Amino acid sequence: MSTDYNNMWKELGLDLDAHNALLEVLNQGYKDIYLSQENRPKSMEYFDFVMSEVHGLRIKELVDAKKEGKKVIGSYCVFVPEELIIAAGGISVGLCAGADFALEEVENYIPRNTCSLVKSAIGFKLGKVCPYLECADLVVGENTCDGKKKAYETLSEMIDDFYVMDLPQIKNNTGKELFSKEIKRFAEKLEELTGNEITADSLKKGIEIVNNKRKALYRLENLRQEKILPISGLDALLINQISFYDDPLRFTDSVNKLCDELEERIKSENSAYPSKRKRILMSGCPMAVPNWKVPFITESLDAVIVGEESCIGERGLRNPVENNSDNRSDLIENIIQRYFKIDCAVFTPNKERKDHILEMAKKYKADGVILYGLNFCQPYTIEAFSLEKELEKNNLPAIKIETDYSQEDMGQLQTRIEAFVEMI
Amino acid sequence: MICAGIDIGSRTIALVLTRDKEIIDTRITKTGFSPVSNAKKIMEGIKADKITATGYGRTLFEHHFNSDTVTEIKAAARGAYEMTPSARAILDIGGQDVKALSINESGKVTKFEMNDRCAAGTGKFLEIMADSLGFRLDEFGENAVSFQKEITISNMCTVFAESEVTSLLARGEKPSDIAMGVHVSVVKRAVSMIKRVTPSNEIFFLGGVAKNKCIKLILEKNGFKISTPKDPQIVVAYGAALIAGEN
Repeated sequence: MSTDYNNMWKELGLDLDAHNALLEVLNQGYKDIYLSQENRPKSMEYFDFVMSEVHGLRIKELVDAKKEGKKVIGSYCVFVPEELIIAAGGISVGLCAGADFALEEVENYIPRNTCSLVKSAIGFKLGKVCPYLECADLVVGENTCDGKKKAYETLSEMIDDFYVMDLPQIKNNTGKELFSKEIKRFAEKLEELTGNEITADSLKKGIEIVNNKRKALYRLENLRQEKILPISGLDALLINQISFYDDPLRFTDSVNKLCDELEERIKSENSAYPSKRKRILMSGCPMAVPNWKVPFITESLDAVIVGEESCIGERGLRNPVENNSDNRSDLIENIIQRYFKIDCAVFTPNKERKDHILEMAKKYKADGVILYGLNFCQPYTIEAFSLEKELEKNNLPAIKIETDYSQEDMGQLQTRIEAFVEMI
Repeated sequence: MICAGIDIGSRTIALVLTRDKEIIDTRITKTGFSPVSNAKKIMEGIKADKITATGYGRTLFEHHFNSDTVTEIKAAARGAYEMTPSARAILDIGGQDVKALSINESGKVTKFEMNDRCAAGTGKFLEIMADSLGFRLDEFGENAVSFQKEITISNMCTVFAESEVTSLLARGEKPSDIAMGVHVSVVKRAVSMIKRVTPSNEIFFLGGVAKNKCIKLILEKNGFKISTPKDPQIVVAYGAALIAGEN
């Protein structure tokens, strides 16, 4: 990082030594996994810069915005509508964590057999190493899986303003009613926190900003469907990950610029890879920064990840919010409609997800599917069983991978993924 | 053309030399704590036109020798298919891995399962259990066959199973009866893997554990028809040598 941010971090209450240790691991991992890739698009420079300043300049922007009276709202899930946060004049940041931290201490609060994502969220709080979390004025949890739901009880004791949004588990009228009430309750909470009224105008603006961001990301996803691979799966995943932290307008602009370059690369047949690769669709649990383990193993082989059916991927991007009204309650209803469609595995039944995976496999011309699950994530690892059969029925080879953030299973994972790539 | 296949497993290194698909030499050694130097030792005096490395040490080997690599899954399929072209289901129980694979009529892998991190139900598991029961590994199977009473070992985790065995001994159970329970638990795990990849009950069984007669016997009792090559530890290296010649 170019500037000295120690004072800022200290003021945010970070544990400087622990935080430095985390940054060191992050920077080394980024160098080994990202900067070692060959023939990357030039426009990735922006995202490299964002990553190099992920705990620096971006945090300074947030701190400066707070000084001007803006509120920062952190959340752990794609069910929390960014449109509402922007409409209330707030800044939305994703808090999902992708690295083990203070594991031993975490296991004093939650059991060992909790998924890495939840453990990491608590570890980052206990270790005081996440500046996003520390500068958030409000932290929003959501009742998706049991692991998160119960862990939020623990987290809420450590965080001043912790808000829990309830979620239904069935997509019927009763579920919809609950969801609708919860979105409206959240809107009220945001108005109370920011002191700003959410109006039709501010909603339209918020919807437009987020739709444009998703549209830019979708443009990127479309380019990955081409036979010529203009970008690695790792880089595309990174961009999706950064979409949760970065300023939405600047981010959208940068993704569009990158897509212009990628279109040129496709035209001039300038692939990110010198030879043909097997095309893999990654499906399942989200991969938060810096959880690049399975994509890294996969792309070190003769394979490329062409798409992510994940919250950090198409599951989180699908379906724009309709922006066709000047009426506040219509617009809120549109937001409810859109978010209620998210096919997270906490819903039962969840046929939409199966259909979406099959549709994506076809669109992205996938040769095989990796069903990625974090250990102890029941919703996704259970769905993987029936999905594997369904995919095979459709002549799509699939492999179930269950893992965590540790490195101890690298050898076996490598062999299993490599054999899968050889097989397809 | 002379081709070499080297299989650097977690416990054993196997080397096979072929000329026109015929095996002309085989060597086996322990992997030990220095896989590279032991691999170098086993390669001493070997002149091959092509080398393919496989097994968990394949990438390490690739860096030290000018070789290709292939996974032990593909190599196992290739070796087994060459030895028994009618084989459609393969079980490989090695030092720290269990693998079940199904292959089609042209020898291509169509589905596989492999343990995803710990050594439960592998050769290492049997080794530790033999040790706790006071048997030599090579006589473990035979002793188990002479069992008189059925005992169920419920823990697959090596560490937990070891304490389970200790408490069974303390209760006065006979070592050979417990040994049988240990073998049954290994087979149970292997069978569930086989069933996930193939409906076939004809199994080509390879890997170090295929030398254990008791495991074979229990598999047969479970309705499987088992064929085992003369030396089950070299099949994967043989497959790698064949792949070297085909690349």
